[in-house]
Amino acid sequence: MTLRFDKLGVVIAAIAAYAALLAPFATFRANRIVPGQARSILEALPSATGPLLLAIVIAGALIALLKTPLLLRLAAGVVALAALAILIGTAGSFLTPAGNTFARVSPASGFWLLIFAFTLLLADVLTRLDLSPWARVGVLIAAALAIGLLLVSRQWDSLSILKEYANRADSFWAEGAKHITLALGSLAAAVVVGLPLGILCHRVERLRAGVLNVLNIIQTIPSIALFGLLIAPLGWVATHVPGAGALGIRGIGTAPAFVALFLYSLLPVVANTVVGLAGVPRAANDAARGMGMTDRQRLFDVEFPLAFPVILTGIRIVLVQNIGLATIAALIGGGGFGVFVFQGVGQTAMDLVLLGAVPTVALAFAAAIILDAIIEMTSIRRHEASPA
Amino acid sequence: MKAWLPSLLRLLLVVLLVAFVTNPALFEPLLKPLTENGAPAIYNQGSLLTLTLLHLRTVLIATVAATIVAVALAILVTRPAGAEFLPLSRSLVNIGQTFPPVAVLALAVPAVGFGEKPTLIALFLYGLLPIFENALTALTTLPGNVMEAARGAGMTAWQRLVKVELPLSAPVILGGIRLSVVISLATATIGSTVAAKTLGEVIIAGLLSNNLAFVLQGGLIVAALAVLIYDGLSAIERYTARRMGQGAV
Repeated sequence: MTLRFDKLGVVIAAIAAYAALLAPFATFRANRIVPGQARSILEALPSATGPLLLAIVIAGALIALLKTPLLLRLAAGVVALAALAILIGTAGSFLTPAGNTFARVSPASGFWLLIFAFTLLLADVLTRLDLSPWARVGVLIAAALAIGLLLVSRQWDSLSILKEYANRADSFWAEGAKHITLALGSLAAAVVVGLPLGILCHRVERLRAGVLNVLNIIQTIPSIALFGLLIAPLGWVATHVPGAGALGIRGIGTAPAFVALFLYSLLPVVANTVVGLAGVPRAANDAARGMGMTDRQRLFDVEFPLAFPVILTGIRIVLVQNIGLATIAALIGGGGFGVFVFQGVGQTAMDLVLLGAVPTVALAFAAAIILDAIIEMTSIRRHEASPA
Repeated sequence: MKAWLPSLLRLLLVVLLVAFVTNPALFEPLLKPLTENGAPAIYNQGSLLTLTLLHLRTVLIATVAATIVAVALAILVTRPAGAEFLPLSRSLVNIGQTFPPVAVLALAVPAVGFGEKPTLIALFLYGLLPIFENALTALTTLPGNVMEAARGAGMTAWQRLVKVELPLSAPVILGGIRLSVVISLATATIGSTVAAKTLGEVIIAGLLSNNLAFVLQGGLIVAALAVLIYDGLSAIERYTARRMGQGAV
């Protein structure tokens, strides 16, 4: 029997070997802003657990390296990631001197590379398993539950990012709620305005090029400039239009951020509505007309359902983009997770940056998976329905 | 016949842009009403021309690097030897797109320090995705009969790649580069939050001192650059598409 290597496994094993043996696993700092000292896996973990983690990493890398059954690879990825996630917390409490509240322990490059290597393994397995949309959402929920469990069990409490969180627990949730309100609210507004605008552009050809060009040009204005430029007009509205101030419309803060995100969201929604409607087969429209359907019936019963997956793709682009862009709202006092990112950059406190960046990435990632699953489900239904 | 109108508008935009960055003082009366309490109407902490050139240089370096890596990767995963990586690379591209640029930028700072480097990393990573996606689409949807003919003519795999596949894919790959450049031009402004020398500096100075004139001039220069570069690259794309006999794209 000859050993056969998996090509991707070679890459994964190389990354894992470098990360486990040469790169630092955790960083120890006497306080939150001084430069840190690197600690390897064996230095960062209590006597028995260090070799245990090394053994798990080596076993996982070997399973990845050789051609092995998919389920074994899946198990290797899950076990390695779980061990890393649990033991980084152990490293935190092990490295922090008892009773010292200033010392900070954070994951270092070796830890992140190991996470990357085994996530790659897991992503490869999941891609090859070709999971159904529901199963993918299930995996997402399982991962979220596992992370939630680790957070609730206080296993990670000794890590620097959670110490930053402990200092600002209240504002974290308030900014998080603001972030989600900004991203989802502007998306909802863009759908309410963009769908009819897209239908109009589809029906009235003369309007199409003009509307799409204007929306294209809005996309080229850098987000920080657009946020800034909206301060003045909204400030004017707040002082001159009675009742606007009471609605929360103000020059700085959430209102300009909301309007800017709304403007950026319009293009993908309108453009995809136009593309989706244009892609409706002529035969379907002719058949509907032949059956004596009115324009309105045709729109809601034929064109719209057929164009739906394409429109949803536009909504997916907008949602992921908005979750990312909402971080910039913090620059003009609009709140959101960006508050922590920019505070962290200002104080050169990277764990504070992570406190803002990690939830943002997680939200965007979850939104992408969920919407992809919904898009796939709607287009599957369409394919199943079409031969009937 | 108003075919000349877009060209005229474009020329006008070029003239205005060049005039503005080389001699901004000319435009001071226009911007003055936007300032309060006698604040300066034209950015005065550095030359707009230098910042514009630095901005373009940052975008250029990042885009060239992203193009080389993305096209090389796309070629790799569409060869028989790299076919195993194709599904994974697709899902990685999807995952990569969910990383917000601000997060990439902020997370690159501890690794490489403040300044231009984190901006280059963020622009590079963010620019990779559209180029890779388009290169992949182009290389996997080449007409089968053309590939058969090339093989039948006795071309080696290398000749097929260089003489048939890449030229035929060029217009679509250029489309990816165009998207990537426009995203990078706007994203580079965020680089100034970590002290990169870009036009974002003007916008941020305006936000901090509540000077709308600064915000407007920074934003408009970037938008004008983006519109012009977008148009220029679209023209190159149409030209290559015509040469490849694909007609209007």
